Amino acid sequence: MEVRMMRWLATVSLRLRSLLLGGRVERELREELAYHLEREVAAGRAAGLSEAEAHVAARRTLGAVAQNQEACRDARRVAFVDHTMRDLRFAIRQLAVNRGFACTTIGVLTLGIASAVAIFGFVDAAMLRPLPYDAPTRLVHAFTTGPDAPPSMNRSSVSYLNFRDWRERSRAFGAMAAYDVRTGFNLTTASGPERVRGLRVTAGFFHTLGVAPALGREFRRDEEGQDAPAVVMLSHGAWQTRFGGDPAILGRTVTLQSPWLAGGEPHVVIGVLPPAFHFGMAAEADFWATIRGPQPCWEVRPCQSLEVVARLADGVTPEAAAADLTLVVAQLRREHPPADGRAVPQVARLTPLRDVVLGNVRLPLLMLLGAAGLLWLIAAINGVSLLLARSEVRRREIAVRHALGASSGRLVLQFGTEAVVLALVSGTLGLLLAAWSMRALVGLLDADMLARMPYFRDVGLDGRVIAGAAALTAVLAVVLGLVPALRTSKARTIAGLKEATRGGTGAMWRRAGAPLVVAELAIAMVLLVNASLLGKSVYRLLNVDPGFPVDHLAVVPVSPVGTGGDTGRPAGQLADRIAERVAAVPGVVSAAYADIGPVAASLAPTTSFAVVGRPDDTVRENGPVRRVGPGYFRTLQVTLQRGREFSAADLRGGRPLVIINATAARRYFRGEDPIGRSIVFGGPASPRRDIVGVVADIQDGPPDALPAAAAYVPFDETAFTLVVRTEGPESSVLPAIVAAVHDVAPGVLIQREASMADRIGRLPATALSRAAAWLVGAFAAIAFVLGVAGLYGVVAYAVGQRSREIGVRVALGAGRGGIYRLVMRDAGWLVSLGAAVGLAAGVGFATLTRRLLFGIESWDPATLAAATLALVVAALVASYAPARRAMAVNPVDVLRSE
Amino acid sequence: VSKPTDLVQGTLDLLILKTVALEPMHGWAIAQRIRQMSGEVLLVGQSALYPALHKLEQQGWIEAEWKVSENSRRAKYYRLTAAGRDALDAEARQWARLSAAISLVVNKA
Repeated sequence: MEVRMMRWLATVSLRLRSLLLGGRVERELREELAYHLEREVAAGRAAGLSEAEAHVAARRTLGAVAQNQEACRDARRVAFVDHTMRDLRFAIRQLAVNRGFACTTIGVLTLGIASAVAIFGFVDAAMLRPLPYDAPTRLVHAFTTGPDAPPSMNRSSVSYLNFRDWRERSRAFGAMAAYDVRTGFNLTTASGPERVRGLRVTAGFFHTLGVAPALGREFRRDEEGQDAPAVVMLSHGAWQTRFGGDPAILGRTVTLQSPWLAGGEPHVVIGVLPPAFHFGMAAEADFWATIRGPQPCWEVRPCQSLEVVARLADGVTPEAAAADLTLVVAQLRREHPPADGRAVPQVARLTPLRDVVLGNVRLPLLMLLGAAGLLWLIAAINGVSLLLARSEVRRREIAVRHALGASSGRLVLQFGTEAVVLALVSGTLGLLLAAWSMRALVGLLDADMLARMPYFRDVGLDGRVIAGAAALTAVLAVVLGLVPALRTSKARTIAGLKEATRGGTGAMWRRAGAPLVVAELAIAMVLLVNASLLGKSVYRLLNVDPGFPVDHLAVVPVSPVGTGGDTGRPAGQLADRIAERVAAVPGVVSAAYADIGPVAASLAPTTSFAVVGRPDDTVRENGPVRRVGPGYFRTLQVTLQRGREFSAADLRGGRPLVIINATAARRYFRGEDPIGRSIVFGGPASPRRDIVGVVADIQDGPPDALPAAAAYVPFDETAFTLVVRTEGPESSVLPAIVAAVHDVAPGVLIQREASMADRIGRLPATALSRAAAWLVGAFAAIAFVLGVAGLYGVVAYAVGQRSREIGVRVALGAGRGGIYRLVMRDAGWLVSLGAAVGLAAGVGFATLTRRLLFGIESWDPATLAAATLALVVAALVASYAPARRAMAVNPVDVLRSE
Repeated sequence: VSKPTDLVQGTLDLLILKTVALEPMHGWAIAQRIRQMSGEVLLVGQSALYPALHKLEQQGWIEAEWKVSENSRRAKYYRLTAAGRDALDAEARQWARLSAAISLVVNKA
């Protein structure tokens, strides 16, 4: 055993010596063989031969010295490693010499890898990393819906009273909690009020998620409800930035106010959340308070402001849990029949939390991943054709080496090494570029968007992303390495030598090159079509007609803060004073206010309503409800089709009133005059509201929301949004408007005053679409350049190879125009084929992702025509230069060079 | 010149081991010794000898040392190792069995 070990050690040390002291071992080998030769010669002389004869005889017995040396090296069994090292050095030297080729190839491949890896990083962060909760796959979002709701319906809200009954009665869940969808707090700070990110949740919220506070404890059951004490938990980020990570933070108080609740109150800090925690279902929050105290919405069942998160009990399937909850829902509907008296059956539905968290981000992400994958593909194809073109140039070299006895295997390894070097360098650079672009892209997302997608906070390189990059690099290395392998078979050597001497065309490259260019052009076309469609969608989204002129309209969200006299009660008084003062600012035409203002992030809050005196025709549709002040529609310049707007007096009480929009009037009062009729919102306890007006439709929700039956009621809240019609550009008047607001009420909080156009551009729907369109646009631009460059390469190469043929044609009397047409016809074939395949695939891709499109079909003829035109024009320009060169071929030069 | 393929596979190794078992020797001397001992029948060419020597060295059966030769030049001397001696014994036994077997067959015919 010991002997074996010793021997093994000796062998290893010898091999290492051969490897590490390669130069010395080589020298010794030469010396050893030289000594042998010398002795052989001496022996010859001794036998009576002349000096020269002795040398010749000795040489003859020796055979090929070089082969001998090689055989000895092989005997040392380090040939493989040795060859690899030598190939590596050779490859690097070759690439260093052909710097243009190396830089182009590496640049193209790096771009391809970087874009794919960067987008994969986002997909990884959003879809592959586990949510930062305990056993996140057991978490579901629970809601109710009609039994025939489409499967795409995956979230909805519930009233606080219903939630409490669910929590008590359902048996299938280990824990259940909810949060109010109305986000944000006004925080009182030393420098005045400030709007902060916050959520109100029920007790046990973090227990349900399986998240333990980093500091302190979470909400107890007695900290939720009517008489609960005011307590707050902080995000780790807020604890660090606002309180300097104060270890004695527990027990300190902060004054918080929900904008939709009157009066701020000191809240006692009871806990700090761990750093990795985020809650992507709602906007990310820094302050977490409970549902407590009086709030009208929490006291009636039709007001559904909570979303539920539940953890499935051990061993319970989602189906069983949904069935259990459906029983509870049915029970509750028997106990509390809905307003319309017609019991529409409701079933409970559960959605995996991940699906809700991702929401409408999933499709754009997958679309971008597809686009980035296509870009990687086009880069890979480009790399392949660059290598092909190069191996064409080295054709003679390969043939000569073959003829001198290099084995096919050695040649394949040698060129393969070059491919591996290219792939490795590109992969490394691509990974670095990807890491950088991920940070840059996250930086481009504005704070609102990032808050809604907190899982993007930590986008960057992790194990999966690096593995992904490695996989892409490995595939590249194999594909690029195979190219020369296919080209160095021995059978082709003879042909190679013959062709090379004849200066003939590289048939193989033409055969392989043309399909590659068609593929490149097709992929470029796919990206071009989709980028154009997305770009057009975004344009339409941003320029959608909201039903009123967007120009010269400013939007100023105002939030009264504090417990003083400025809380806005009675309803609308403060808003009235402020609107009046703002209307007097020079440059302002008129000013009005509403609770939310037109073109908001969502249609919510919504309500169902019923027409009084028509029990058989209950309206079950949920339409938006907005609380508006006097002159709102006049300021927006919306046509009042019938009746009147609210007056200031309507806000001070009297009978409950309502204004409906044209869609509501058309759907529910066909052929009747709605004025004077009454409707009821939600439950039977709510008052009859008399209809006093009908206005033309305006967009209350996001630009892509379908027309809905909307209701407008007199303003009765505290926070409001000013809408201000200006004479000139909004930006010049906005500072004066803000000053006027603070003039009337110094303590109020103004959050992001903006022009209406900016507000539309910042909405989640538009911001996401715009980001996606920009990225795909960038990908398409790169793909376009690569595709056209590929075409140029092929055409230029073909012209170069055919110069002899062209020369002969000219010599035989072919016209210059004929030659030009000859070249352009070939290019035309490639372009037509690429464009046709690309158009079909592009429309297919766009159809798969058609939910991302707005106001445009995936086969929109104008877009397709424009994309085709762009490609054709670029392709013609790219082919023009080589075609010109073909025309300029001098037959005498060509024929003489033969 | 006798090529290695002319010898039964592995016999060259045996010849080399046997030769260097007597005393440390350099490549040329090994070839000469084999030639003399075989009565000028086995001529081992350089193309077979040196790869075989390097292989045996890698296997740890012989080890090399640079020494001054009989004509006062630097030459690489090969010496049998302990492992090489074991191998030589095994190879020699193997050869004896094989050659006896072959003789049996050939002489019977």
